[in-house]
Amino acid sequence: MSLFDYTIKELEAKLHNQEITVEDLVKESYQQIKEVDGDVHAFLTLDEEKALEKARELDKRENKSGVLFGIPAGIKDNIVTKGLRTTCASQFLDNFTDPLYNATVVDKLDAENPVAVGKLNMDEFAMGSSNENSGYEPTRNPWNTDHVPGGSSGGSAAAVAAGEVLFSLGSDTGGSIRQPAAFCGVVGMKPTYGRVSRFGLVAFASSLDQIGPLTRTVEDNARVLEVIAGHDKMDSTSADVEVPAYTEALTGDVKGLKIAVPKEYLAEGVSEEVKNAVLEALKVYESLGATWEEVSLPHSKYALSTYYLLSSSEASANLARFDGVRYGVRSDNAENMLDMFVKSRSEGFGDEVKRRIMLGTFALSSGYYDAYYKKAQKVRTLIKNDFDKILEEYDVIVGPTTPTPAFKVGEKTSDPLTMYVNDILTIPVNLAGVPGISIPCGFSEDGLPIGLQVIGNYFDESTVYRAAHAFEQATEHHTKRPQLGGAK
Amino acid sequence: MAEISKEQVKHVANLARLEFDDEAVEQMANELSAIIEYAEQLNELDTDNVKPTTHVLDLKNVMRKDEPKKWITQEDALKNAPDQKDGQIRVPSILE
Repeated sequence: MSLFDYTIKELEAKLHNQEITVEDLVKESYQQIKEVDGDVHAFLTLDEEKALEKARELDKRENKSGVLFGIPAGIKDNIVTKGLRTTCASQFLDNFTDPLYNATVVDKLDAENPVAVGKLNMDEFAMGSSNENSGYEPTRNPWNTDHVPGGSSGGSAAAVAAGEVLFSLGSDTGGSIRQPAAFCGVVGMKPTYGRVSRFGLVAFASSLDQIGPLTRTVEDNARVLEVIAGHDKMDSTSADVEVPAYTEALTGDVKGLKIAVPKEYLAEGVSEEVKNAVLEALKVYESLGATWEEVSLPHSKYALSTYYLLSSSEASANLARFDGVRYGVRSDNAENMLDMFVKSRSEGFGDEVKRRIMLGTFALSSGYYDAYYKKAQKVRTLIKNDFDKILEEYDVIVGPTTPTPAFKVGEKTSDPLTMYVNDILTIPVNLAGVPGISIPCGFSEDGLPIGLQVIGNYFDESTVYRAAHAFEQATEHHTKRPQLGGAK
Repeated sequence: MAEISKEQVKHVANLARLEFDDEAVEQMANELSAIIEYAEQLNELDTDNVKPTTHVLDLKNVMRKDEPKKWITQEDALKNAPDQKDGQIRVPSILE
């Protein structure tokens, strides 16, 4: 049994009773990384020397306070870490070894004394659903390395599934925490837009991006979100709304909980085994005293188009900052200033990033703005209204996280649209801005995890956690481990 | 109107400060055409009386005083710069 089979709360007790040390935990992390990361490729940068130093320093402390004290963690590589290389998995930032500040979430974590072991692989600039767009060796799924881990937070999900760290941070713009969590059989939460500060998150689509935790259990997840959530004066879009104690919501009681199940989420395109796993999950909820009804989110089918127009438009503006002047890799082949911009960007960015910048620049360009960008913003309103209406009557919305379990490496790379369709059940949640979690709810015939998505009302992560936790505690899915994650 | 021409691709690439060789221009034209054609499904919806959503939360402009403060040193600011000289970031010539 790995130390990472315990929850953070259990490890806290072991540390207090001096059964284990922080150094044990951190060494376990690097031991597992050495054993499996040659196959999984979850990490882009390791910080072993500093992490061990920090572990020893924490072990010496009299005062062992901090709700994440001594817990090994991984950080997605689009979250800026002072003095620790931050690449966004882009060759453009390959040399960005010395960032000048910490993202707010990193400072907030630090205050609770976890140990960051390294930076996690992803699709370049968070654009992708499989990690195949990483500018480095793509991450593989620890359950079966012929399959993708999902994306864009593929490294964050795979590292937790493979027992390399106990928790990680990811970011979710259209499903980038929940989809890889589903594919890797872990718990991944995208909080309400504005719940967590985006200061120091390298921006992809600013009206959609949100940071959240990936963990093995719902309890651990709630614990981490409690730490990173809250208003931040450095992010003017972060919401000044009180952060409740999420862990206190985990009562196991869902009697009377009203669940809405959108018929669009169990429609054509969703595989039989995923559908069946979700229907089984609904039976579990019934047995726990919750009720469910079929509802409709009628504009769901327009979410994908809306998302790609809006997110690419925002990306085209956000990625304008990568010009090769102040940081990043500058092309050696430039004759003049303009040439330097063009060549640095064209040599540094991968194909998908260029495709999205092109799509976004087109959608914002003179003559097309109203037809595409503004139209998509209006449809976004309709999609948001769908959610508002259902969440007035129901406590949570439940459905699958993804239409299928993890697909094979190379299976969907030839056509961008085929890849995009994979996010059809997670994207509407970002467009509406509400919170959503993915938790394990079963396995395919091939032994790949299936994710259940629980969506809640604005700033009501507590109810989402309560519903997710009750299901988790009533089932065994979350206790299964992949071979590469230490299953014996 | 879903067809995006090679000329349009070159125009947009210039706006985005990107360049593509002839083969990539053709591929980009095909891919963008397919994505835009798919996205034109949005025209099925009548949105004349719908307000656009720029932001999902009911946030108004967030203001603060514009006060200068010391944040990073000149040395720090140059740490990650690809090229520098005499305490300044150096770039290729702007004027011909």
